[in-house]
Amino acid sequence: MKRVRAEILSTRRLGAYQSLTLVAPEIAERARPGQFVAVAMPDDRDFLLRRHLTIHQSSRRGGWAGTLEFVVDPASGPGTSWLSDVRAHGFLDIIGPLGTPFSYPKRLTNCLLIGEDRSVAGLYFLAQELVARGKRVDMVIGGSTLDAVFKPIEAKRLSQLVTVVTDDGTLGETGTVIEAIEPALDRAPIEVAYAAGTVPLLSAVARICRARKLPAQVAVEERMGCGYGLCGTCAVPVASKDGATWRHVRACVDGPVFNPARVVWDRWPAAETAPAIAEGSS
Amino acid sequence: MTARTRSIGVDLAGIPLATPVLIASGCAGTGTELHGLVELRRVGGIVSRTITVEPREGSAPPRIVESPSGVVWDTGLQNPGIDAFVATELPTLAAASPAIVVSIAGATLEEYVRITGVLQGRAGVAGIEVHLSGPDRELERPVLGAHGDRVTEVVGAVARMSLVPVFAKLPGGVDVVPLALAAARAGATGLTLCASPPALAIDTASTRPALGAAQGWLSGPALKPLTLRAVAEVHRALPRMPIVASGGIRTSDDAVQALLAGASAVQVGTATLVDPAAPVTIAKGIVAELQRRAIAAPEDLRGVVGIGAPAPEEQHA
Repeated sequence: MKRVRAEILSTRRLGAYQSLTLVAPEIAERARPGQFVAVAMPDDRDFLLRRHLTIHQSSRRGGWAGTLEFVVDPASGPGTSWLSDVRAHGFLDIIGPLGTPFSYPKRLTNCLLIGEDRSVAGLYFLAQELVARGKRVDMVIGGSTLDAVFKPIEAKRLSQLVTVVTDDGTLGETGTVIEAIEPALDRAPIEVAYAAGTVPLLSAVARICRARKLPAQVAVEERMGCGYGLCGTCAVPVASKDGATWRHVRACVDGPVFNPARVVWDRWPAAETAPAIAEGSS
Repeated sequence: MTARTRSIGVDLAGIPLATPVLIASGCAGTGTELHGLVELRRVGGIVSRTITVEPREGSAPPRIVESPSGVVWDTGLQNPGIDAFVATELPTLAAASPAIVVSIAGATLEEYVRITGVLQGRAGVAGIEVHLSGPDRELERPVLGAHGDRVTEVVGAVARMSLVPVFAKLPGGVDVVPLALAAARAGATGLTLCASPPALAIDTASTRPALGAAQGWLSGPALKPLTLRAVAEVHRALPRMPIVASGGIRTSDDAVQALLAGASAVQVGTATLVDPAAPVTIAKGIVAELQRRAIAAPEDLRGVVGIGAPAPEEQHA
């Protein structure tokens, strides 16, 4: 984990989202899928907390070596709105890479990656790494409307079978990501599932995977104070190995990637209203 | 006054601190997380998260939301309990800093006494901070430390048992001077002013409280004027009592103002979450300010800004 003053190389609009590419070689060379960075807000505003943004892309090689890309939803609050408006060649105070990454299956090959809205951004980094290890990747991605589906063409490029869903049918099938999971599992011999998103989606993934005895890993999004384990505000209820007891662990350092079978979803009472990881404010 | 600032070190009620800037309770993790983010030997001291007799799983998420220049939060005092704390967390904290102040809380007098007992003679415990803002199970009151009688009982019991300095962290959002007088009479070595005042955040979309615990506490820069006033009032009433200002200290200017109001040291909480190097940056800024004014030591700033004599109706016998 490093704290760096990173130059903004570029910033561009992608549908409903804004994508920022930073020069941060110390972080880029260590970053793994599922990890995030904590971005400081300007001193002269009344929103204080760092914004915690999943790493969308980390380039260790080639022309973009040493760069890091993350994606913000300008509509999710004042912090990400501010980040959406920053100009190229400015600087951001960032700390990362933070959190425990996804792990790659050693023996299993067929992977299904599931995500919705901005949370999909982190899955492309994972898909790339899985493909590089000779795994087969299928994806189920979605959003409320066409603009909210993040990089559907990138999903097609990286995976064998892609299901795209929107609530209003403006892109792909009409429906929700949750509804599209079982058909995707029926269509291919999936051996492991990965998901990123809000509690309603992840608890559905947990339920489906438990019923099918399918191993899975999920990246949770919980409001964080700091992002590096100091404050203990990003609590996730996790069961002990034998299931007899449970305790609150920290999403930032003990996660954000968890085995969904161990998360005690019904102890996550504010599930329906919990906002994206990117925003500390409501 | 000499023309040169000799040292930023202070003696806080008998605890030697490298700087007068401590990390506030609940903002320093378990002693391992800050490595690499701040030079710990240049942090004045660390107050541990608040420890109770039994382990606590704390409140349901979400536990933090932003408010203008602040955060509304509640962790429900999640902690491993005093026995696990001294076995695992305390040694890690003590390795990170020579000045560890252990924050303790109880819902009964006996709980405070038990925790204080466990902490006596432990290596690495430089002081005890008595958290008094939780509910009182014996007297069935929502805030134990909002009443002078209980402050006297609890702080008195801890102070009589303790071999290390005892700081009473008085509740926020209440008339603090009578409580400060009660803590001082009971034998507190120092006062931490103040704990986060009670607060509420509402999620408009769901028409529910925004926190899992429903109610919470306000922290962050929004608190600074409240802290300055509490420090100044208590310093006026108890000029010799060491005071640690806590609440809204983000910059060295904030810290200098707290010293001017009558504090001997400051705690930095929310600012550490945002900028882990803040406790060091603030200490450097205090040095720069002392040098600019050709002041020898932080103590010389203490209480320079007076707030006048109390009005007759403010007199606390």
